[in-house]
Amino acid sequence: MRIIASLKTALAAFALVVTLAMVSPVSAQQSIQGVNPTAQAVKEQDLLRQLDAVSGRVSIPDQKSGLLIQPQGREWRQFHNTTMFWVGVVSVLGMVAALIAFYMVRGKIMIDGGFSGRTILRFNVFERFVHWLTAGCFIILALSGLNVTFGKSLLLPLIGHEAFTNVSVIAKYAHNFLAFPFMAGILFMLAVWVKDNIPDSVDVAWFKAGGGLVGHDHPPAKKFNGGQKLIFWSVVLGGIALSISGVLLLFPFFATTIWDMQIAQIVHGLVGVVLIAIMLAHAYIGSVGMEGAFDAMGSGEVDLNWAKEHHSLWVKEEESKKAAMPKGMVAAE
Amino acid sequence: MARVKFLCDADRCIECNACVTACKNENDVPWGINRRRVVTINDGKPGERSVSMACMHCTDAPCAAVCPVDCFLTTADGVVLHNKDLCIGCGYCFYACPFGAPQYPKVGNFGSRGKMDKCTYCAGGPEADLTPAEYAKYGANRLAEGKLPICAEMCSTKSLLAGDGAIIAQIYKERVLKRGYGSGAWGWQTAYRETVAI
Repeated sequence: MRIIASLKTALAAFALVVTLAMVSPVSAQQSIQGVNPTAQAVKEQDLLRQLDAVSGRVSIPDQKSGLLIQPQGREWRQFHNTTMFWVGVVSVLGMVAALIAFYMVRGKIMIDGGFSGRTILRFNVFERFVHWLTAGCFIILALSGLNVTFGKSLLLPLIGHEAFTNVSVIAKYAHNFLAFPFMAGILFMLAVWVKDNIPDSVDVAWFKAGGGLVGHDHPPAKKFNGGQKLIFWSVVLGGIALSISGVLLLFPFFATTIWDMQIAQIVHGLVGVVLIAIMLAHAYIGSVGMEGAFDAMGSGEVDLNWAKEHHSLWVKEEESKKAAMPKGMVAAE
Repeated sequence: MARVKFLCDADRCIECNACVTACKNENDVPWGINRRRVVTINDGKPGERSVSMACMHCTDAPCAAVCPVDCFLTTADGVVLHNKDLCIGCGYCFYACPFGAPQYPKVGNFGSRGKMDKCTYCAGGPEADLTPAEYAKYGANRLAEGKLPICAEMCSTKSLLAGDGAIIAQIYKERVLKRGYGSGAWGWQTAYRETVAI
């Protein structure tokens, strides 16, 4: 009896399984269609088309690694290897060529009246310190910066990989550290000279007269002529652009994404080479290009004849200041 | 061996992160650096897929093109390696890399980067094969031992494939044809300028 009973149970169970198996295909098919992986799977090409990048979630602490693919790196590469290279070559070598051509045509700009033997204080110790602090940093920053773009094609073939790496490591650290005194210098210069660098009508006349660079007359100018004001503002604005982009690059991912850093690098590189070109012209006219000009930043005392020719209004101003002072007293500046 | 590549079959990846762990262990990867990571796209939504990504060892590699000190080399197998003795840690390869592969140990002041570290396809570095110096700088050199990268070899679902590009593309193609779907060879278009046509 027991055997028959258990057989019955087994049969009933079998029947149940068979029935379920006959009914279930419909529901099973439905559930497969419900999670059809073909229909809803994300596809790389679709994501790239929609968002220009593919990103998701990662379970490691480095959350920025959730950016899976950023094809923009390719554009940055194109910029760095082609655009940056040629903008650098054209602006730096172009400026050198232009200055050589200018020297050949115009020659050294002499003091028409010759040296008078009397001098006038143009830049005090602090002004000269600020100038050379910034200039000294800029020269090293410029060379170490140019090394990143041009060293591979210019210096590396000459000295070999290992020596070039040693040079480049020092250049990198110099670039990182000297950035800070350079930024301080830019701010000092802004504070010290901004009052003399506000553009005015005298500058318009100065530019109309070609600044004395073209032709041989000396248009009147105050402490800074129109050209020097251009230099001042390109240094200050260029310096600030370099500072901001540079600091962003010094602290990767602090306030930036990979795309911000690519843009910061593009700004840093372009402003850098253009400012190098401008500074070449500035250094030329302040040294070999003009008689008596270097003294302004050397001893700080310029020849009175040089001052009268190039900064007539400034000399008048200084002399009237001096005349207004009681006898026996020395001008404070 | 022909041109080696990575291919992650995202329809098989179960985001177990074993490739990430195995890579760190095999290569003694420094703290804070992951040569490989698993990125989950559309997490928690229909169509969610996980992709294991490391250096893709690109054709015409952008990192090598922008490196200011020319420290990269491509082996006969198509593996992109770099020389840590030459690297200055400037970060340019990181700006250029589409896959975020180059990483830097943080050393010294500011964001100063140490020497770059990235996936070597378990092929060590430019040093002599299987030397302690090579291991210390780059990790294992499984290729020199006749083995494939550890991440792909131990992948439990065989989602991550490594080896001859033509062969792994063929394997992936057969899988897609058999099962009827595939979310694509992730990164191939960007890395190799070609994709697996099915």
